[in-house]
Amino acid sequence: MKLVFHRKRIAGTLVVVPANERSFAADMKNFNFPKSRSLKLKEVMGFDKRRVVGPDVCVSDLAVFGLEHLFERGWLKREEIDALIVVTQTPDYLIPGTSCVIHGRLGLKQDMLSLSISQACTGYLIGLIQGFMLLDQESIKKVVLVNSDVLSRKVSSQDRNIYPLVGDACSITVLERDTEGSVVHANVRVDGSRSGALMIPAGGMRQPHTLETAKLEDVGDGNWRAREHLFMDGAAIFNFVQTEVPPLIESLLKHAGAPMDSVDFFLCHQPNRFMLEKLADKMKIPRAKMPNDVVGHFGNNSGATVPTVMAFNLGERLLREKLLVCLAGFGAGLTWAGMLLNIGKFDFNTIIEYK
Amino acid sequence: MKSIADILREIRPEFDFSASNDFLADGMLDSFDVVTLVSALDKNWGISIEGTDIVPENFKNLQAIEALLRKSGAKI
Repeated sequence: MKLVFHRKRIAGTLVVVPANERSFAADMKNFNFPKSRSLKLKEVMGFDKRRVVGPDVCVSDLAVFGLEHLFERGWLKREEIDALIVVTQTPDYLIPGTSCVIHGRLGLKQDMLSLSISQACTGYLIGLIQGFMLLDQESIKKVVLVNSDVLSRKVSSQDRNIYPLVGDACSITVLERDTEGSVVHANVRVDGSRSGALMIPAGGMRQPHTLETAKLEDVGDGNWRAREHLFMDGAAIFNFVQTEVPPLIESLLKHAGAPMDSVDFFLCHQPNRFMLEKLADKMKIPRAKMPNDVVGHFGNNSGATVPTVMAFNLGERLLREKLLVCLAGFGAGLTWAGMLLNIGKFDFNTIIEYK
Repeated sequence: MKSIADILREIRPEFDFSASNDFLADGMLDSFDVVTLVSALDKNWGISIEGTDIVPENFKNLQAIEALLRKSGAKI
């Protein structure tokens, strides 16, 4: 589905990462594999360091910490938030939505909109789409988009398929109307028939928590996980990304009338370095235009990898200048989306640590 | 330049790859080994095997890998 937005902009992005850093080298001992094979995997996939929360830290903790940081520095005023969108698949509670939890903890005004959206690695783009739509309302002048997950709390440390890549983070993006004639193009797709490829099978209403669902099971290839842990069919997801994302982006750029080489950077969700290198090669994009080192510094922090790459790879630069970028997200659902827009001249664009 | 067999031996030295006609079904390569193999093949032949070609049937045996390399532009 193609979408177009007029006169909307990203005013700034802040990413909160936990101070707690884990290394692939330290985690290797959990895996039932020879060290040499794990080291080869590290080299190819780009796994190295990642940031993970402690056992009692929730999305709202990271978000409140980040929003207070913005208030203290005067980059955002509490009373000017007209809509708060929180995109997460690891909510604090089943009820209420995490946006209401954050709203209450910050003491935000009552005359505003609070939305909680369940989306994973496409979540940042879905949140932007929702935020840009809300800005068409006369009464909504400023939207705060929080995209955060603490998925490290839902993965098995004995599952080499997923444990070494998962990180936690919280991105906070401020959206507002643009006085310039900017145009944002987006393209979003979904295929729920493949939802089983990336899921947490138990712990919800379909298969509620029991002692059995919490028990580690031998799932083959030397991996152990419980049904309450995140499951990923790595081969199916890899194939999905390589098959579906290039035509989506080509269609997006064609619709926007933007040649591939006019795009300064392709800022994609980052599951691992190998996947992005193959994606860049497939689309004949120079690898330097598609940064892939967030996963090695912070881990795959779900949808927040996209704003993390903005802040980590283009931090200072986006304070000074404007760049034409193509954002891309893909993951659970299965969902995938692309967005072409000019970003830059941000009020803020940085990464801080949650301690 | 290394041969396909050399690269396979580096990844899983404990197996005799000439004795199998289906490396994945026989448990000699798992999905992560395939990723490591693709990266090594790319480097060795100066190519980039397409992501959509990274499917089990292209890594079943030596003949399948050789065919994939030719399709990907490797001069072997």
